[in-house]
Amino acid sequence: MSRPGDSLPGAWIGGIGLLGPGLHDWPGGAAILAGEASWVPTKTVLSAPERLPAAERRRSVRVVKLALTVGLEAVTAAGADASSLATVFSSSGGDGHNCHLICETLASDDRQVSPTRFHNSVHNAAAGYWGIATGAMAPAAVLCAFDGSFAAGLLEALVQVSVDRVPSLLIAYDADYPEPLRAARPVPDAFGTALLLTPQPGPAHFGHIRAGLTTAAADTLANPALDALRRAIPAARSLPLLAAIARGEPGPIVLDYLDHARVAVDFTA
Amino acid sequence: MNPLLISRYTATSCLGRGIGPMRDALAAGRSGLKPCDLDGVALDTWIGEVAGADDEALPPQLRSFDCRNNRLAQIGFEQDGFADAVRNAKARHGADRIGVFLGTSTAGILETELAYQQRDRDSGALPANFNYAGSHNPFSIAAFVQAAFGLGGPANVVSSACSSSAKVFASARRMIEAGLIDAAIVGGVDSLCLTTLYGFASLELTSRHACRPFDLGRDGISIGEAAAFALLERVSEPLADDAILLLGVGESSDAYHMSSPHPEGLGARRAMEAALAAAGLAPGDIDYINLHGTATPSNDSAESKAVRALFGASTACSSTKGATGHTLGAAGGVEAVIAALALRDGFLPGSPNTCDPEPDMNYLLASRSAPVRRVLSNSFGFGGTNCSLVIGRAQ
Repeated sequence: MSRPGDSLPGAWIGGIGLLGPGLHDWPGGAAILAGEASWVPTKTVLSAPERLPAAERRRSVRVVKLALTVGLEAVTAAGADASSLATVFSSSGGDGHNCHLICETLASDDRQVSPTRFHNSVHNAAAGYWGIATGAMAPAAVLCAFDGSFAAGLLEALVQVSVDRVPSLLIAYDADYPEPLRAARPVPDAFGTALLLTPQPGPAHFGHIRAGLTTAAADTLANPALDALRRAIPAARSLPLLAAIARGEPGPIVLDYLDHARVAVDFTA
Repeated sequence: MNPLLISRYTATSCLGRGIGPMRDALAAGRSGLKPCDLDGVALDTWIGEVAGADDEALPPQLRSFDCRNNRLAQIGFEQDGFADAVRNAKARHGADRIGVFLGTSTAGILETELAYQQRDRDSGALPANFNYAGSHNPFSIAAFVQAAFGLGGPANVVSSACSSSAKVFASARRMIEAGLIDAAIVGGVDSLCLTTLYGFASLELTSRHACRPFDLGRDGISIGEAAAFALLERVSEPLADDAILLLGVGESSDAYHMSSPHPEGLGARRAMEAALAAAGLAPGDIDYINLHGTATPSNDSAESKAVRALFGASTACSSTKGATGHTLGAAGGVEAVIAALALRDGFLPGSPNTCDPEPDMNYLLASRSAPVRRVLSNSFGFGGTNCSLVIGRAQ
């Protein structure tokens, strides 16, 4: 675990994106997470951003639409230039529907996999489409840490900001799996969030965070339905942090990460 | 950036287990590729297979991770004293001060492909023993390695197609620099599966021969499998003269196309420039470039333009994929190990199967002895993800 006195990697939060069941964007989601509005869970509606060229828009799969939507929301809200930003894409898996169709084809007598389906199967599909949509030639980290993928992405982005002194856009996202994969990987719906992290405070920032490892248990949400969402979709493991930001409540927040370690986030509004 | 010590390294591929057989094959210009004879695969292509990968048994307490990819990982980290070096590092630094950052493109997806072939005829269900977390999920390889060594530090998998196991060096470098850890296991493991064999075939990117990187008649890749590992630590004095260091890492994105590189190699050039800048070096300081060199017409063309634009025509270079095949998510790690071998033993690797190389490059057909102080290793992938490493000798 982090040693006492170690300086932990930290960053300012310059913009936030959010999309999930009954959570249509950050302003609306923040009101729900702050307890100012009630949560009405409805299935997440995904659409490909206009910023993608028409051909890519047609080809984009669910996780691509999700990642680009929340990423662009965070960047636009912060008034940042997406083309210059280093990015961290973190997801617990690729697109479940695309994977299902490939595995079904490979188990059939005709194993002709569609080229588009194959290139959409790479874990970095969202990063590739993001680059095409925004023109960003900056580095893109593409991570997976199973159910701890949000925390893994948060650590990576914070370390980028702290060490390289550059802004870093974290995009964490997961979408549902169809049967029969769903029985083995029961992710029920799509949830994504994006945090634009910067080394210096922007004009309208949401506060400052620092993070390190801990053995403490992950925080839960007071609203049982929202806590069920937190547990059901890996990217929604971010909700305790998003709730603290929405409430402007300073303090340590513990997020799910690995079997043997969690990530403790020190948030100051 | 501050250099890091690559205190131990190993690679297992179709050339054999560990760095001894790899070094011998590279010196002799021997390829490990063969016509594809995988069970049930009807493709006219060549592969680089690790012999005996399916015969490896994981320890009973790690059986939930059983899949070809993790078996290959275990074979890999048992070579060249790597596992002992990790245990020593654990004793020195503490289990929670060692990170695990590994690259893969498809992890153990072969298990899912096989499970789909065994779906219940009535319900469509996968077999009851199918374990998604331990095999299919990209993170399974890092979770497996972390569990195998009882490590408690940060861990993730980088899965950015064919740059994956080069980019893990960047992640580890930042984590060490940030003070979150003192050492990191990096590298990559990727194993043969139907998704990549049939997927690359559908894109018409696989060759019907053993691949011929940078040959004017090149016509596609040969897919291979491999496990490569390196242990990264902070540099502490005194440093042995023959110590191998990570001097620079450079990353970029093409922002161009999902499955074709930028035709002028702009992203590739940015990654190489960034790696040189991080190392504080000029192009003339590089003795050898291990090219990404997949042997597809468009990849090699883009890379040759980028290399010529930055280095001119004199820097010695080659792709070693004619020997190992393209090991996809493990390629960056394998080629970092080849760079370390070239530095340690003073040789420039040649390029088996290539006969008629691109003009205006110092492209090496055969291996030869030469003093080597600094190597640039390129790894570029689908979705326009690029990473270059600069690896060098301490003296």
